[in-house]
Amino acid sequence: MTTTPTPPMTDIKATVTEPPVPAGRSGANVGKIIVRVLLGLLVFAWVVPTIGLLVTSFRERDVVNNSGWWTALTSPLDFTQWTVQNYDEVFTGQGMGSAFVNSLAVSIPATVIPILIAAFAAYAFTFMRFPGRDFFFIVLVGLLVVPLQVAFIPLLQVYKEIGLVGTFPAVWLAHAAFGMPLAVYILRNYMEGLPGEVIESAKVDGASHFTTFWRLIIPMSTPALAAYAIFQFLWVWNDLLVALIFLGPGENEVVTVNLSTLVGTLGADWHLLTAAAFVTMVVPLIVFLSLQRFFVRGLTAGSVKG
Amino acid sequence: MLKAINALLAVLGGVGGALALYFLLNKLVEVLPPRWEERLKPYVFVFPAMLFVTLFLVYPAVRTAIFSFFDDRGENFVGLDNYTSLLGESAFLNTLFNNALWLIIVPAGVVIAGLIVAVLADQLRTRGENFVKSMIFLPMAISFVGASTIWRFVYAFAPEGRPQIGLLNAVWTSAGFEPVAWIQVDAARFNSFLLMVIMIWLQTGFAMVLLSAAIKSVPAETLEAARIDGASEMQIFFQVVVPQIWGTVITVFITVLILTMKIFDIIYVMTGGRANTDVIGNRFITELINFGRDGRASAIVVMLMLAVIPVMIYQVRRFRATEGAR
Repeated sequence: MTTTPTPPMTDIKATVTEPPVPAGRSGANVGKIIVRVLLGLLVFAWVVPTIGLLVTSFRERDVVNNSGWWTALTSPLDFTQWTVQNYDEVFTGQGMGSAFVNSLAVSIPATVIPILIAAFAAYAFTFMRFPGRDFFFIVLVGLLVVPLQVAFIPLLQVYKEIGLVGTFPAVWLAHAAFGMPLAVYILRNYMEGLPGEVIESAKVDGASHFTTFWRLIIPMSTPALAAYAIFQFLWVWNDLLVALIFLGPGENEVVTVNLSTLVGTLGADWHLLTAAAFVTMVVPLIVFLSLQRFFVRGLTAGSVKG
Repeated sequence: MLKAINALLAVLGGVGGALALYFLLNKLVEVLPPRWEERLKPYVFVFPAMLFVTLFLVYPAVRTAIFSFFDDRGENFVGLDNYTSLLGESAFLNTLFNNALWLIIVPAGVVIAGLIVAVLADQLRTRGENFVKSMIFLPMAISFVGASTIWRFVYAFAPEGRPQIGLLNAVWTSAGFEPVAWIQVDAARFNSFLLMVIMIWLQTGFAMVLLSAAIKSVPAETLEAARIDGASEMQIFFQVVVPQIWGTVITVFITVLILTMKIFDIIYVMTGGRANTDVIGNRFITELINFGRDGRASAIVVMLMLAVIPVMIYQVRRFRATEGAR
């Protein structure tokens, strides 16, 4: 973060024209109530769309089409309106079940493969001096913002030639590469903060770089590795663009591709669309809610801050 | 089942393979005379990562730039034809205009919304604050496709006389108006704004988290000093807090800006680019997948890349500045 100098206090003095208002108790309370009401409204507006989706996904088809989902909340104990049939239908009838397995088969390797490679590079960028180091790293920083689309057409041609289009390795490799700049960036930023004496003393003890890396740096970098893993997992799971181009719709399609197709074909079958959408959301929501702490750390470290 | 085994093998192969590779390369370098060992080892560590980005990003980017000067089958050199024909189409200019609207509205909208939540939630006690933040932050976990489905349902339309099951039309009709097919309303690009709402809804949590952290790190003394001088809360916010969190504001703004430039999923799912809502990211997919026009698709990406370059330069410079300060 760039350090912004504290503004000189004289500036503030100069602009103050009103006399200080004594904060009366009632005034402060009114302010507090306004803040609460505003926040309440904001939170309400933020969660209502998702609640609507969730409620609708458990309602019978006819009820969904003939009444707003909010009417269900007036009689939540009327169990005749609730059903899990929609989930059954999207899982077996609309291919969401196999898409779910595919998404796992895509996301986990695409998350794990780049981590170690990035960690080695981050180690070198942090603890080794070599000609070209700054240049290589600047290239990676620049690549953080490159639109992935620049790579698609040539990659697709090569993939076609070697018969990789529509296969899992095609997306594993692509995601591993596309996630690499961010991985190196996050990990180097973290390793930079590790105590240098530890590495020095390991060197004095005659440990090779490989041993230092494997025995010292990797265990010490666990928080950053976890943050990146969550970040990459959510990114790959939620990705539509790469999956659409390199896997496409069909046998190996992932949940996002499946859902986007369903939106086109099912149109107004909201009881199914909502269930399908919720299936695509459930894994990221679980990962996110249980590991939010790491995720926030990853965000703070990985956002494009110069 | 087979897929699961495949995936497992990939994980093991990926990790084991990488380890084995590094171990071997490491051993190989250690055989060399010590002077050479010291010189070469850093490159051994950096090489695989750089190979990945070179093969999958840098080299394809160069190829794409070259393709943009060739015809759609990549056979004949056509000079600037792809660019001139694209820029001569009113539909494409329309697309660029939409992108410009997204860029003007979304990053600013996200920063402002995030700032409002961060400032307001800061007034609550810890538990209330954490609850509010989690709720606003939650959409960050949802994919663009999932979010688009959620909001399509909010904007859903049924002809008059049918029950309105979309939230927006339900509110709208209960206020006495006729139902509206919101996504089709392209007057004043109203439908594009409705799509931007989705993006703002998704990204506000991100802005809030970073801005809230920045606000909390503003030294209390500076606030106290301003209070003693009799500054109002508004003045304190704009003249004491904002200047101190400005670096974070810029960071958030640029991150969302880049994301917005590449926006694709929302338009692809909501309208497919119809009803005057198309953007570059979606147009690229249309040209590439639906029409198979590689030359034009390449030209579109190159234009996108050119738009990103200033941001890239800015970012590298900021990176250099902070590195220098370390």
